[in-house]
Amino acid sequence: MRDSLFGLVLGRLASSLITLLLVSLVIFAITSLLPGDTAQQVLGQFATPEQVEALRAQLGLNQPPLLRYWQWLSGFATGDLGRSASNGVDVIQLVNDRLPNSLLLTAITTVISVPVALIMGIAAAMRRGGILDRTLNLITLSMVAVPEFLVATLAVLIFAVQLGWLPALSYVSTVDSLGAFMKVYAMPVLTLCSVLIAQMARMTRAALIDQLDSAYVEMARLKGVPPMRRVLRHALPNAVGPIANAVALSLSYLLGGVIIVETIFNYPGIASLMVDAVSNRDLALVQACAMIFCGAYLLLVMLADLCAILSNPRLRNR
Amino acid sequence: MNDTKTMPASKGNRRPYVSPRSRLPIAVPKQRNRSGLQLTRWIGLGLFSFWLLVAMFGPLLAPYPMGAFVSDQIYGGASTAHLLGTDYMGRDMLSRMLTGARYTVGLALVAALLSSLVGAGFGMLTVLLPRWLEESVRRIFDTLISIPSKMMALVMVSAFGTSIPLLILAAVLSYAPGSFRIAHSLAKNLSTLEYVQVAHTRGEGRLYIAAVEIFPNMIQPVLTDMGMRFVFIVLLLSGMSFLGLGVQPPAADLGSLVRENIGGLSQGALAVIAPALAIGSLTVGANLLIDSLSNSRDSQKE
Amino acid sequence: MQGESLIVRDLDICATPPGEDELTIVSQISFALKPGEVMSLIGESGSGKTTIALAMMGYARRGCRIAGGSVQLGETDILTLSAVETRALRGHRVTYIAQSAAAAFNPSRRLMDQVIEGALIHGVMDRQQAQQKAIQLFGELALPDPEHIGDRYPHQVSGGQLQRLMAAMALITDPALVILDEPTTALDVTTQVDVLRAFKRVMRERGTTALYVSHDLAVVAQIADHVLVLQAGEEQEQGAIGQILDNPGHAYTRSLLAAARPEARTPSGPQSSGDELLRIDDLQVGYGRCDRNGLPNNVVLDHIQLRIDRGQTLGVIGESGSGKSTLARAVAGLVAPSRGEVQFNCRELPPTLRGRTPDQFRRIQIVFQSADNALNPAHSVRRLLNRPLETYFQMSRDARQRRVEELMDLVKLPRTLLDRKPSGLSGGQKQRVNLARALAAEPDLILCDEVTSALDTVVGAAILELLAELRRELGVAYLFISHDISTVRSLCDDVMVLYQGECVEFGPCSTVLSQPQHDYTRKLIGSVPELQPGWLEGCQWSTHTQPSTAPV
Repeated sequence: MRDSLFGLVLGRLASSLITLLLVSLVIFAITSLLPGDTAQQVLGQFATPEQVEALRAQLGLNQPPLLRYWQWLSGFATGDLGRSASNGVDVIQLVNDRLPNSLLLTAITTVISVPVALIMGIAAAMRRGGILDRTLNLITLSMVAVPEFLVATLAVLIFAVQLGWLPALSYVSTVDSLGAFMKVYAMPVLTLCSVLIAQMARMTRAALIDQLDSAYVEMARLKGVPPMRRVLRHALPNAVGPIANAVALSLSYLLGGVIIVETIFNYPGIASLMVDAVSNRDLALVQACAMIFCGAYLLLVMLADLCAILSNPRLRNR
Repeated sequence: MNDTKTMPASKGNRRPYVSPRSRLPIAVPKQRNRSGLQLTRWIGLGLFSFWLLVAMFGPLLAPYPMGAFVSDQIYGGASTAHLLGTDYMGRDMLSRMLTGARYTVGLALVAALLSSLVGAGFGMLTVLLPRWLEESVRRIFDTLISIPSKMMALVMVSAFGTSIPLLILAAVLSYAPGSFRIAHSLAKNLSTLEYVQVAHTRGEGRLYIAAVEIFPNMIQPVLTDMGMRFVFIVLLLSGMSFLGLGVQPPAADLGSLVRENIGGLSQGALAVIAPALAIGSLTVGANLLIDSLSNSRDSQKE
Repeated sequence: MQGESLIVRDLDICATPPGEDELTIVSQISFALKPGEVMSLIGESGSGKTTIALAMMGYARRGCRIAGGSVQLGETDILTLSAVETRALRGHRVTYIAQSAAAAFNPSRRLMDQVIEGALIHGVMDRQQAQQKAIQLFGELALPDPEHIGDRYPHQVSGGQLQRLMAAMALITDPALVILDEPTTALDVTTQVDVLRAFKRVMRERGTTALYVSHDLAVVAQIADHVLVLQAGEEQEQGAIGQILDNPGHAYTRSLLAAARPEARTPSGPQSSGDELLRIDDLQVGYGRCDRNGLPNNVVLDHIQLRIDRGQTLGVIGESGSGKSTLARAVAGLVAPSRGEVQFNCRELPPTLRGRTPDQFRRIQIVFQSADNALNPAHSVRRLLNRPLETYFQMSRDARQRRVEELMDLVKLPRTLLDRKPSGLSGGQKQRVNLARALAAEPDLILCDEVTSALDTVVGAAILELLAELRRELGVAYLFISHDISTVRSLCDDVMVLYQGECVEFGPCSTVLSQPQHDYTRKLIGSVPELQPGWLEGCQWSTHTQPSTAPV
């Protein structure tokens, strides 16, 4: 019967791959097929038909769309992401320069926010209806709806302008000590965390309360099981699936958050690279960045689903 | 439905998690708690209707034309002439915000309405379609939901350049799929209920069943969902404007106002804080309102 | 530890419904038990019996509050204990067996861990002793493979086994008091006998004091020494079991007894005319993909053969999973059979809804079990009853209005209810509206799928009476599906016994139920508890006479 679990996991992997393929098709269609004739746009309306034809041949626009899609897609496998239109540098090189910075930022945010959010969510669920729960509810309910740039501007105003503790902009290159590191990352991480923690805490609380309302937790209570043990040993194992989903959903939100945060703090990550690419209409670079973001998103969602599958005793022990 | 009420900022429930639930104990919020709920509802209602009124009548009340240079002072503080100070070019911030709010609220309302119409419409109708068609529509929406909303908007702007119809389209493409999922699973659950089956055995047509038997029982969750989409879309569109890829000058929504005046941040200028706070109060207000409404509905049901 | 005495005095419990003022839901309950005695709280849904039982553990559900009175167990005054002392009491001196074992076991922990958890938390014994004791209890409770069943997870054992495992969990600390909350209600009757027998033996051997909550007098008769009859949170009558059964003092008790002992059908009413209405030949229904021979993956019903004449009533009996509801759904056209033919009015009935004529739709109506889901909550009663009139008949507005009122009279509902939504009706009223909607079509055949099982016995009995009356007056035929033999006996002419998707016996109700030929029918009939103490000891049937199949 182990086979069925293995099959389930395999099926989930396959479905993620198919979705990624479809997503790539959508991105390619929006950026390369729908906007019309790139050659005509590049040369303007006074170009002769011969000139346009020559550029089209040069850009490979004469080939059928499906073939162009295939070439573009296979470029990802070989690391050939094309060339940036604005400065002629290979896209792969630009991405390689910036990606580690973004990964570092998101990693720090995740490491801080996930435990804090879980503890907050669990505490709120345990004290349901109490002062702590209601206060947290009001705070998180407000925080999830706050735009990142409001948090960021307020943070700059307080910590950089009023108190003068931190620099308003991030300069990764100047990091040479732990103190400097903290100074650079404090505000971007704080901004990202505030919304993220609120979201995850809410969803954790909801998932846990769902379990705490169940008959088996009432049964545990009637067996004289103390509150802490009821939550940790009885309810939490059954809430792992929904909580993993909540974390994945929130982290995928983080992908949107870094776009704003990298821009506002001038942080040299892949998100600010993409924003610049969009402003410059640098399509090859936009495509590559979009695929990286969507791939990361799908990976997170898939990991959460695998968590849910593996934590489900019906599937694990069949 | 559980997910929708407790996770206002998620993209809806992605996958039903099997949890063994029995009859719930009679859940009764304490008296204090209910008055707390009332309070957040009034705060939410107050903030939200304030911004709705501003969006409707704001431009009429603006003391100066939106684009007029009225002061020599840039990043001016609050004064009797300029209640919210002046911006980076010496224009009156209050007038600019009164006009900008119309863009922010109006665009988001239109986009949220369209998202829900498209999403919920398909969600309800696909339940009645042949299975293969239902599956293909689901596949399309599943693909779209896998592209984070900001990513979708950025990709579309990079390909077509920014414009108001394009921003609305990007928002609908990003948020209709979530709406579809919720409406679809609601309709799917409702369609297995016995009263729908009774209608089938009575020989009722598909449209009758969708419109009369299913739809009335999903209005409320769909409306709640639309409220949440509104909040997301405000955040998305002002985020795009903040990046300079949203509403373009001379028009400006609240997000663009934050962007233009970001240079004044180091001086703590009102011109950057006021529009940022305005967006925050709009979205927080809407979120509080939705949450309290859906909570009170749930407790009524029990 | 032996059972201890339990004395309850003037117990009051209050509840606060959302948005309303607090009201008293249990008032002035007093009773006393000597060590080793079993008291039964009996009443219908909403009578407060579970609320009282939980108060014995000092527990009130969310929104409820124990407002007054005292509960004395041995020397302990339970309601005055501190939170920590109460916790030490629960699962040690007082234990609880819940109605739905499937929900009350944690799905992600092994059964053994859950069974011995109470004993470990309260430090009654160490893990090894507890496991040994659990295995011994598993054996006593006639669980299969007592050595290893504890290694499984809840989803890997059957409902009846879970219920016995829960009993082991409750008994492992040798409690002074056990509370059993409808412990067999969710089980099939053939399983119920085994579980009851196991409970009774183990409790007698240990001299356990117990509080048994139930709505079923016949079950209570087997297990209780005393009975307390409850209605709306108030005591109606209290006494020894024999006295309550033989000599009930209160009118409400008498009505409960009458509903529990339905009389066999009076042979009045039109005898079947001999005109064939519905004939089914060699019907097979299944779910899942079909293989090359057109055989579905999962066959639910097979080789079904039956005939219903005009005005006749056919009862279909079976336990959960026997395919009885599928039969109704196949006739209604909601599932397509994979083989076989259905003839209605001597014409072939198209297998699915698609091919049926409006007249065929009108002549066959279906009434479902749960009145909650069978009525659209968004529509008023008037609208619900109007719709079939609009679809099937050309009627003026006034004529429809009159007809709707007639229908309300027919099912004995006041016309004032017409403008209410289903949420404003009681369970019995909903089921009557449900029937009225079917009658509005003036059907030849009504498919009744467990129409009384979600209702309290007294209310269900009234619905049965109504069905019989409608049949006499309107000459409508029923396909009456039920798991409850007594309801079938009181209503049906013919009966069909289903077991695992096949018909094991078919014939006139009186013959089949009094002289059953097939082993399964005999077991099914023999397993229904009778309203007399001592029946359980005489009952010879047990699941072990046939290999049981644990559900996956």
